[in-house]
Amino acid sequence: MTLELKSVRKAFGTTPVLDDVSLTVESREFIAFLGPSGSGKSTLLRIIAGLETADAGEVILDGRRIDTLPPGSRGVAMVFQHYALYPHMTVRENMAFGLRNARVPRDEIDRRIGDAARVLEIEPLLERKPAEMSGGQRQRVALGRALVKEPALFLLDEPLSNLDAALRLRTRVELAQLKQRVDAAVIMVTHDQAEAMTLADRIVVMNDRKIQQVGPPLEIYSRPANTFVAQFVGSPAMTLIPAQMVEGAQQATLKIGDGTIVQTQVRPDQLPQWANLRLGLRPEAVRVGGRGKGATKGRVELVERMGERTLVYARLRDGQQITAEDEGVSTVKIGDEVSLKIDGAAAHVFDADGTGYHRTDA
Amino acid sequence: MTSERDWRGFLFVAPFLLLYSIILIFPLLRGMWLSLNQVDLFGKGHFVGADNYLRLLNDPVFGTSLLNTFEVTLMIVPPLTVIALALAMALNRASRSAAVFRGIFFSSAVLSVTIVTLIWRFMLAPDAGFLGFLAKGFGAEPLPFLSDENLVLPALAITTIWWSVGFPMLLFLAGLQQIPEDMYEAAALDNAGRWASFSRITLPSLRRTVVLVVMLQTAAQLQLFGQSQLLTAGGPSGASRTAVLFLFESAFGRWELGYASAAAEVLFLLILAVTITQYWLTGRATAAQDGR
Repeated sequence: MTLELKSVRKAFGTTPVLDDVSLTVESREFIAFLGPSGSGKSTLLRIIAGLETADAGEVILDGRRIDTLPPGSRGVAMVFQHYALYPHMTVRENMAFGLRNARVPRDEIDRRIGDAARVLEIEPLLERKPAEMSGGQRQRVALGRALVKEPALFLLDEPLSNLDAALRLRTRVELAQLKQRVDAAVIMVTHDQAEAMTLADRIVVMNDRKIQQVGPPLEIYSRPANTFVAQFVGSPAMTLIPAQMVEGAQQATLKIGDGTIVQTQVRPDQLPQWANLRLGLRPEAVRVGGRGKGATKGRVELVERMGERTLVYARLRDGQQITAEDEGVSTVKIGDEVSLKIDGAAAHVFDADGTGYHRTDA
Repeated sequence: MTSERDWRGFLFVAPFLLLYSIILIFPLLRGMWLSLNQVDLFGKGHFVGADNYLRLLNDPVFGTSLLNTFEVTLMIVPPLTVIALALAMALNRASRSAAVFRGIFFSSAVLSVTIVTLIWRFMLAPDAGFLGFLAKGFGAEPLPFLSDENLVLPALAITTIWWSVGFPMLLFLAGLQQIPEDMYEAAALDNAGRWASFSRITLPSLRRTVVLVVMLQTAAQLQLFGQSQLLTAGGPSGASRTAVLFLFESAFGRWELGYASAAAEVLFLLILAVTITQYWLTGRATAAQDGR
């Protein structure tokens, strides 16, 4: 099964929400649409499901154009954010409804419901109605209702957002296990980067009506295509510091506002122009303490102790804010002046347009 | 301490209780008492026991009026419920034209019965009325709605449905807006056609509203009066005389207050019985649906 989106466009009235979106999803792939509210990610999912119609473009599933078909004929199943279980039906009826409409034989319906209920451990709930269940149980039933259809493609709209923190973590693990069992692709919409990073084979980062970057989680993290991806993915956000090219023979060597020289491993000939560059630094690229090349000083404004590491929000002498990392048992306090060492090898460079350039791995 | 508190609490409800007693409890009891007396508007009257009720039992005019009442109620309530639901479903959208039509369909409900019957007299008159005009346009003989014994109750029903459709439509609209949109989206993904989403999602979600509309309308139409009084004065030959028209004529035409009160008590008990039966039936249906 492959899903192909070709130049999909959509506007609500005069407000464009999707602008020329193209994407290919391979079989059995778990894709996360990640982006802030209003980025168009939910609309894109609903266009695939058939709940919205695209103004232009094509949706092709297994070589068959499906964007002209009604939602029920597309071979996709969807789990809704608020589950959308039918309140007047029992769990069993909820799961059977779609199959009955598709005229699946009765014993086949029973078999599929039995299988799904066993996998999801909802067998004791089959005769209950949605109002008689907890949020987590409803979520499982919603998954079950999608599962019994044995679709080529699962669409999950913020499936974990209505669960409390503990249940969300557990369900995330279960979702990952469930993915291993089904022979189908999954597209999940989320604004939670941790969900996207842990579950997805590939992440589609969306913002401002467009796909910003598509790639495996680690690539999105370590090689962000632009400043939006760099700052949206990763917590806390990457620090971006205006910088000047001082030496561009082998490796781009940049100078930032307080005079610190950072020797990156970005090849300068990749950069189309050298004006208005920005240096991108994740917290782990800036260590507290340390001397030598790339060392500078900053005054500590905030300390976040995460346990296994400590995040230090500091201000350089020229007023530039920077986020640094220290070991878990750190003695750094607010107001301290600390030495910071910038690891040039882990630094990213962004040009005037916001396009990202990264170390060239051998 | 608690008794003092109870007493103070009573003060808060006293104004309402007073009004309630004067305009509801007292007339109710007074009516019951009147029904056991032979009274006119001027004399004192005298106690006759169950005589009024016995007379009612043997009064064919009263019998016919009761039959007419139930017949017209049956002609009104089911179509009214269906039409109100259909209108609500058609107009349950956010467009400007839907808002305009909601206003138009509700507007008849604010008219007084006098205006309504006036309008429908124009509509129904066979020679000059709109329906007669339509009939002639199709080359058919116009139907004498108001002067044919078999057509007068349907005419009353049509008039009443036109007049009363607004409020049930509003109730259904309110009910429809309680149904989350994603329910229909889930149904669309579940391959449900129009009929399946209506019968498995819309209708079950509106069950309580349907029950409410049917019960309210039944109780209201069993008391149908103004339309038959003004449109036909109960005619022709009593074919459109309803129970309330009968008791109006007894009380204020023939000044038989006791007799009219007895008729009112009988009607009251019948409406009560019908309502309780409906309530009991829907209770059982709900229990069956909930599997309890």
